[in-house]
Amino acid sequence: MSLQIVWFCLIGVLWTGYFLLEGFDFGVGMLLPVLGRSEDDRHTMFESIGPIWDGNEVWLLVAGGATFAAFPVWYATMFSGFYLALLAILVLLIVRVVSFEWRGKAESPGWRALWTWLNTIASFGAPVIWGIALSSLLSGVPIGEDQSFVGDFGDLFTWYTVFAGITVTVLFALHGATFLGIRTSGDLRERAERTAARLAPLAALMGAGFLIWTLVVASDRNDKGIFPGIVVVVAAAVAAVAAVFLTRAKRDGLAFAATAATIALAVMTLFISLYPRVMVSAPNFENSLTIENASSANYTLTVMTIAAGVLLPIVLFYQGWTYHVFRKRLGGGDPAGATSSARSEP
Amino acid sequence: MSSVLATTLSLSRWQFATTTLYHFIFVPLTLGLAPLLAIMQTRWYRSRDDKWLRLTRFFGVLFLINFAIGAATGLVQEFQFGMNWSAFSAFVGDVFGSPLAIEGLGAFMLESTFIGLWIFGRNRLSPRVHLATIYMVWLGTWLSAYFIIAANSWMQHPVGYQLNEQTGRVQANDIGEILFQKFSLFAFVHVIFAGLMTGGFLVLGVACWHLLRERNVDLFRSAATLAIVVVLPVSGLQLLVGSEFGVTVTDAQPMKIAATEALWNTEEPAAFSLFQIGGFSQDDQTPSFDIEIPGLLSFLATNSFHGKVVGLNQLQSQYEQQFGPGNYIPDVELVYWSMRVMAYLGTLSFGLAAWGAWLLWRKKLENAKWFQRAAIAGIAFPFLSNFAGWILTESGRQPWVAFGLLKTENAVSPTSSVWSVGLSLGVFMALYAVLGVADFWLMRRYARLDPPEIETDEGEGAPLPAPGY
Repeated sequence: MSLQIVWFCLIGVLWTGYFLLEGFDFGVGMLLPVLGRSEDDRHTMFESIGPIWDGNEVWLLVAGGATFAAFPVWYATMFSGFYLALLAILVLLIVRVVSFEWRGKAESPGWRALWTWLNTIASFGAPVIWGIALSSLLSGVPIGEDQSFVGDFGDLFTWYTVFAGITVTVLFALHGATFLGIRTSGDLRERAERTAARLAPLAALMGAGFLIWTLVVASDRNDKGIFPGIVVVVAAAVAAVAAVFLTRAKRDGLAFAATAATIALAVMTLFISLYPRVMVSAPNFENSLTIENASSANYTLTVMTIAAGVLLPIVLFYQGWTYHVFRKRLGGGDPAGATSSARSEP
Repeated sequence: MSSVLATTLSLSRWQFATTTLYHFIFVPLTLGLAPLLAIMQTRWYRSRDDKWLRLTRFFGVLFLINFAIGAATGLVQEFQFGMNWSAFSAFVGDVFGSPLAIEGLGAFMLESTFIGLWIFGRNRLSPRVHLATIYMVWLGTWLSAYFIIAANSWMQHPVGYQLNEQTGRVQANDIGEILFQKFSLFAFVHVIFAGLMTGGFLVLGVACWHLLRERNVDLFRSAATLAIVVVLPVSGLQLLVGSEFGVTVTDAQPMKIAATEALWNTEEPAAFSLFQIGGFSQDDQTPSFDIEIPGLLSFLATNSFHGKVVGLNQLQSQYEQQFGPGNYIPDVELVYWSMRVMAYLGTLSFGLAAWGAWLLWRKKLENAKWFQRAAIAGIAFPFLSNFAGWILTESGRQPWVAFGLLKTENAVSPTSSVWSVGLSLGVFMALYAVLGVADFWLMRRYARLDPPEIETDEGEGAPLPAPGY
């Protein structure tokens, strides 16, 4: 297997990590107006993702950095081509980051309401744009012979990409609800479970639509057969249907696993549909960027493979440990959320 | 170059410069406060004296307010290489991308994950493990700085690469040299010291604000003492590191040093210009007024009072032969003054630290009202020095983006339009201005509070800054 393939897969993994983890952060943010009825509820919701959102967001930074290092041409063409979309994402993410840290730094209800709303808006906006941007890698944008983007902002918008953006957002909302199902207790948990059960059929339906549409676009725009994409699509659809039943049965842990699997398999579907291209050119298909013509040379890929081989397991270990540390449910009978664990020393 | 492209280039440069300088308000604070917090918390861990826990929490809040905005604006930095400088990114990504990717996976991930553990883990981790988390944050911030500096140093002094004729892009052939060249090592120490000064003088200034009002004197005398113990050696050594770094820069980028000194013609030995009026452009090479110290520039640039320092005119003709026709002289007046602002404020900072150390030794710190007032003003010195230092480094590299390899004018995204870059510049300016005002307001508010009391039932594992949600 060539190193280009390794890095194509790794970047797929990094995006999966980002969507899987930040997906529920976004979901929790979106659900603030729905589930956050009291200041206590909202506090608990913020606290459920408080210790981890920052680490989650770094997956995006790493995905960007890895693309830069392994596929400089892909990075250059995609980031310059998607200029306005990325500008909007940056603004939304900055506002969101600040909302986390600053919301509690003043007591006035107005100040808190402001940052709560900004968090919700950013949590809706960013996934919509990510969905549009990433799906347009497959549906195609104009690329010139010199490998640079020659289109404009409007080229990102097709029925398929807009549908992808909305689907990603609905999936994240569901993912956030199932996350709150495993992270909270009491009334908030029950409402989160009900919301998840209500959202799941819609998310499953849209998810299935997106997956099939992706296969169609892949064969239409990217010269791909139905195999092996269909295998992943079926797996993703099974996970989505499982999420419908599991949320209804209030099996919190499994429901969260099902929404996580749906998202991971959906990202995988997109990447399998892209391969061996990384950015499809339309209308001039021959100008598409591929893992061959957009990549760094073998030396850099080797170095980066070693670096990732050493660092990625370490990251997975300490992020996993973080989730373990913060596994306890919040809210309910433990309003402060963090006061009950006993100290071992006097 | 068409005028449209020239406008796009100019807007892109303004955007990169402003967003980077803005980002670097928060970065050095993080670099400096993380170790100071680790020391404070360690002292509490060892002594179980509530004083140190209160200080850890007090300065911890200030740290977190800035960390948020530093992290948020850092994302812009990574994205805009591709967004605005796609020709640069495609050309150098094979080399330049690696340190950035390693920084993300190896350093920023560490910092961001452990900051969450530090903020929220106080009641779920043993005091020892909780203490370890702030050390991990410290490690993460310094590693992060290292890889970013390595990437920047490569732009100043490209090494460990070859040009691939077929693709027309550079590719790495020696990662050891790319990551660990001498230039990076010096620049890293210089930036870390700048960070320690920024964090140290902030702690000192805030402590003095409280001492001046005779509030929590015992607590803030300890904070001020710790700050002085850190900034005195660091600001002293920084003067030496800065001048040693200057020698390395002279080897790598003689043009930058010549421009910094407005040295138009080669001199041996070369005098250092303390202050001058005029003499900053090709049409006006002789200052109408100046104060010089003979031989000092030779010493700063070559470590010998008799060394030869090559002038701008000579380098210009040398570069014309080497790289073809063009203007290879950076903005002389800008780099001349930014170097002096940096160096003079650095010296002033050292003076302030020495004054404080003397008062400390005489046990008169809490009564020295004039020193306390000066220390409050001194909070600003490192920030201004940092700004000036980056302006010197980056504008002194012009017209190159990667020295000798790619000019800034050829690095800009070919696709970006005047209106889209204009829009993004406007959006960033507006957003950053609002965030800057809010940040300043929050900092000022929290810096003036009394340090939080430790509730008795919290006892041992006691929390750090209260979770802010």
